[in-house]
Amino acid sequence: MDTMTDLDTALFAGLCRLGDSTLVLGHRVSEWCGHAPVLEEDIALANVALDLIGQTQMWLGLAAEIEGKGRDADALAFRRDVWEFRNLLLVERPNGDFGHTLMRQFLFDAWHQPMLKALESSGDPRIAGIAAKAGREVAYHLERSADLVIRLGDGSLESHNRMQAALDTLWPYTGEMMTADATDQALAEAGIMAAPDSIRPEWDALVRDVLAEATLGIPPGTHMHKGGKQGQHSEHLGHMLATMQWLQRAYPDATW
Amino acid sequence: MYAQMVKSEATNDDPEKLAAFQARIDAGEKIEPKDWMPEGYRKTLVRQIGQHAHSEIVGQLPEGNWITRAPTLERKAILLAKVQDEAGHGLYLYCAAETLGVSRDDLTEALLSGKMKYSSIFNYPTLTWADMGAVGWLVDGAAIMNQVPLQRTSFGPYARAMVRICKEESFHQRQGYDIMMKMAFGTPAQKAMAQDALNRFWYPSLMMFGPSDKDSVHSAQSMAWRIKMNTNDELRQKFVDQTVPQAEYLGLTIPDPAVVWNAEKGGYDYSEPDWTEFFEVIKGNGPCNAERIAARQKAWDDGAWVRDGLMAHARKRAGAQVAAE
Repeated sequence: MDTMTDLDTALFAGLCRLGDSTLVLGHRVSEWCGHAPVLEEDIALANVALDLIGQTQMWLGLAAEIEGKGRDADALAFRRDVWEFRNLLLVERPNGDFGHTLMRQFLFDAWHQPMLKALESSGDPRIAGIAAKAGREVAYHLERSADLVIRLGDGSLESHNRMQAALDTLWPYTGEMMTADATDQALAEAGIMAAPDSIRPEWDALVRDVLAEATLGIPPGTHMHKGGKQGQHSEHLGHMLATMQWLQRAYPDATW
Repeated sequence: MYAQMVKSEATNDDPEKLAAFQARIDAGEKIEPKDWMPEGYRKTLVRQIGQHAHSEIVGQLPEGNWITRAPTLERKAILLAKVQDEAGHGLYLYCAAETLGVSRDDLTEALLSGKMKYSSIFNYPTLTWADMGAVGWLVDGAAIMNQVPLQRTSFGPYARAMVRICKEESFHQRQGYDIMMKMAFGTPAQKAMAQDALNRFWYPSLMMFGPSDKDSVHSAQSMAWRIKMNTNDELRQKFVDQTVPQAEYLGLTIPDPAVVWNAEKGGYDYSEPDWTEFFEVIKGNGPCNAERIAARQKAWDDGAWVRDGLMAHARKRAGAQVAAE
């Protein structure tokens, strides 16, 4: 297939948005390996990273199939440059302290879980199938991250302050998850992917409840950063890709 | 071997009790945490299991060094799963040590202060992707040599932890060898990386079994107690005999011209590693000792507020529950 239909082009972009977000977050979480605050967290973080990388294989695998240009999930992950990545800005934020990592995870999980639930009703059975499988994993991610946000938000004075600082820093990156552009609209109209704005009521309610129990205050500012879904990223992503893609780029003729 | 040079503790217990204890061990019975045991047995086990646990934890670092640079999504997932398994092994082993009356925090502090050791092998750097293969093939291979017999060790919780650990370790070793095959049969650059990894990891892997039996003063008591099941030299020979044909299959050269088949003994001859280097690494002078401990110390220090916060929350909840009752 030489040219993709408009819908396939939108679908490719939509799948990259999902797969790139799980890839970039999975990579960030994997940076913790061996450095977590307690051994149980080393195990849990590796588990979350592992799930996200597995989901990446499925989303980007399907994206490559839709594209039909002979690329596979690895080619998409390791051979595209920053401007071709479609992940949310939130997930490329650096790990910071454990509080930042945890808050980033919670804010993402609170979107990821209802999004996957909605995608289970996709008119494309391949998408519905991946969403169902990933949804079981993400239900656990959300349970864990929400529980830890509550425990550390309503923990010691220091843990409270650190969690509030993380929330203040990351909050302006949450709007992008629930803002639809033309690609999202086309996919929603075709019944293939849920519109991002349709997730908002559930996200709002969940985040409000968990943060209230965690005794954390939602920042008053309303400005939201955007651009990741369209390939306009922060400076952080390029450094991540330089590390992640280095072997594939340095030895392009090798198989691994 | 993840526990090296574990010093057996002397025991000053009642000779009758000691004899009855030894009879249980000789009969192949398992000793359980609540059973009477000589103080030396308990202390030696704490040291051995603790050292083994620390090796799993520190062992996350040289492989964690490559998780963010793994060349494919599948390789990244496999490596993550492997390092996660190692953290899990650390957890079972700390739990086994806890049954002997020592807490995980106590053991962690002993590791960070340098009072307790971890395997010398993890003080060597992982420099190329081929090292992920070599670590799985050689390091996990050597660990398995030691751990398979330990499934029959006399202390119940340790033996049972070892059963689970061995299953996962043999999977890791296969994954490591699979990486080595891809590298050794790949491009000239990949093959060169594979040979380089073997060159660097060969002698440090042989050192994992500890010094030669003739210099290993602590073995006899541990063997009588069935805490140690084979001598260092027996295991090292077995490892060499297993590994040399695997290297041949890969088309790689063992970096020791003395490796030749000895029909008379039914095994390969090989050169001893440089034991001076080994003792320097044990003393803290290996290429990565300082970085490894610094990384663990930083994780511990940076994590203090998380651990304190979780405890503070647990206290609040317990308080709220009491107030509600």
